[in-house]
Amino acid sequence: MEITLAHYLFVAAALFTIGVFGIFVNRKNVIIILMSIELVLLSVNINLVAFSAYLQNLEGQIFAMMVLTVAAAEAAVGLAILVTYFRNRGNIAVEDINQMRG
Amino acid sequence: MLATIAFYVLAVIAVISAFAVISARNPVHSVLFLILTFFTAAGLFVLLGAEFLAMLLVIVYVGAVAVLFLFVVMMLDVDFVELKQGFLSYMPIGALIAAALLAELGLVASAAVSANGAPIAIAPAENTGITNAEAIGQVLYTDYLLVFQMAGLVLFVAMIGAIVLTLRHRPGVRKQDIAAQVGRKRSEGVELKDIRPGQGLG
Repeated sequence: MEITLAHYLFVAAALFTIGVFGIFVNRKNVIIILMSIELVLLSVNINLVAFSAYLQNLEGQIFAMMVLTVAAAEAAVGLAILVTYFRNRGNIAVEDINQMRG
Repeated sequence: MLATIAFYVLAVIAVISAFAVISARNPVHSVLFLILTFFTAAGLFVLLGAEFLAMLLVIVYVGAVAVLFLFVVMMLDVDFVELKQGFLSYMPIGALIAAALLAELGLVASAAVSANGAPIAIAPAENTGITNAEAIGQVLYTDYLLVFQMAGLVLFVAMIGAIVLTLRHRPGVRKQDIAAQVGRKRSEGVELKDIRPGQGLG
């Protein structure tokens, strides 16, 4: 049985769903939320690369590289914010993050 | 045939380990499962003929981002069991939305692929004699040069942002101030006293 584009799309859809589900169920743990976002971005990357192979066009892989860049930057800044927050508050409970509400 | 088996093994491991990321009790285990997920995704990329991106994924994610996560998880002294509270209370709404999302994505995927009847096989990258990395380089440094530069800028800004966010000046800590050391004058440090014979200082 041949592997088709749909197979990859389904894997990516499953990863995307798991990522969104992880954001919902781990409402209190910012670290797991950041990891869930990484999962979502990974599923997008799988989609981009699958379509790139399907269309025999490299642009999808270039796009995937840019997504990778943004994901790495986002993880770095997110974790830096987390460390600063932990230093100020002593915990990382997301539900208390409303200090900056105007 | 071997590629088919490899795809199914990788896909199943990817989905299972992704689920383990969000459901593990210990966040260190979550990070390790995240590493497994990314490694498996890199395997899927190799199957698709995108070897360069697969290696990039391993280097950037397994080598850098996952280690960063691991550092932060181990550095923060947090009671993670307490943070796990409420896992079940958010479960129903989360499961509902996840099911709707999965149904929609599956529908779109199957509709888009079988638009003209038969499913379409993914052909491995055309054997034109150049490698995947070379092909990407030919496109990236010509048509997408500006995008490439912008990506570098994004990383630069992120690096500065992370440093600025985590840098702190504590008042009680003594640090080496090279400018002050080098700029010291003789008159500031040395004092000549004229001491008479037989008397001490004082």
